[in-house]
Amino acid sequence: MSAQGAGPTGGAEVIGARGDVSIVLNGRDRAVEAGLSVRGLLRHLGLEPGMVVVEHNRRILARDALPETGVEDGDRIELVHFVGGG
Amino acid sequence: MRDAPFEIGGRSFASRLIVGTGKYRDNEEMVAAIRASGAEMVTVAVRRVDLDRSREEGILHHLDPSEFFLLPNTAGCYTVGDALRYARLGRAAGLTEWVKLEVIGDERTLLPDTAATLEAAVELVADGFKVMAYTNDDLITALRLEDAGCVAVMPLASPIGSGLGVVNPFYIREIKRRLSVPIIVDAGVGTASDACVTMEQGVDGVLMNTAIAAADDSVAMARAMRLAVRAGREAYLAGRMQAREIAVPSSPIEGLLDAEHA
Repeated sequence: MSAQGAGPTGGAEVIGARGDVSIVLNGRDRAVEAGLSVRGLLRHLGLEPGMVVVEHNRRILARDALPETGVEDGDRIELVHFVGGG
Repeated sequence: MRDAPFEIGGRSFASRLIVGTGKYRDNEEMVAAIRASGAEMVTVAVRRVDLDRSREEGILHHLDPSEFFLLPNTAGCYTVGDALRYARLGRAAGLTEWVKLEVIGDERTLLPDTAATLEAAVELVADGFKVMAYTNDDLITALRLEDAGCVAVMPLASPIGSGLGVVNPFYIREIKRRLSVPIIVDAGVGTASDACVTMEQGVDGVLMNTAIAAADDSVAMARAMRLAVRAGREAYLAGRMQAREIAVPSSPIEGLLDAEHA
């Protein structure tokens, strides 16, 4: 994850080279560079696509849709995975 | 004694013990305990990736889906909508269309919201899921969940994480007698004798997490649970003697020497 440049939202953590667009990622405000795909977002976060499930604006994204799905201003993205549970 | 294979939803499982993966001190201990338990089916939860922590947190970094049958749960859900959302996220991981459905109705007891569980079960079955439904030890709800198309119905022994054992063996036995789908007692087992007593009720399997994970030596407890589940199952199949509140001598009363008079 890189965090340089100033985003439009001021305090939000920046993912990528610049913080052009504001998103809510796992419940927290973030700023990401424009034109990023969801696949690119995962790469910036150091996450393997095979290890996470992406919910994009309450719709689950198939793995093969990750590269073609753009991250847009106002998007709400959830990244989930399996953890220990009973 | 020969036992029938343990089948759920058309799939055969090597062990009647199903274990959870939560609350372990670390991943190495969890894997060692699960291996010691002999369980094939293992439950996992769906949660947000913690972006501030290690990327190795995900359980797939530690449990091989080709070694264990990973069963996603909907733990922590209090509404039908949340349960459906978590179930679908779990399925989207691409491992299985099975789900352990639980919809909780009360924070203090973690008792299930049976009406919401039933509603969610109907939706998930229609959506192609194989649903194993966690429920109360209530016969009527169990029957409704079977009617809804659940592949297994999972009444609790006692509240989740309580370790109180089977509080109502009669209800558990009646559910087993009246339903055709596999009955797996889920939650409440505290130690090996609880697991044994549970299996002696004739149910098909038992699911536990805290009893193993919270033991001082979880690997040793996992081994004990494997043996207890097997012992309880074999005792059930063997057909126990009638209990009676009077002694019956085990040795013959014929052939005794003349007794000295007191």
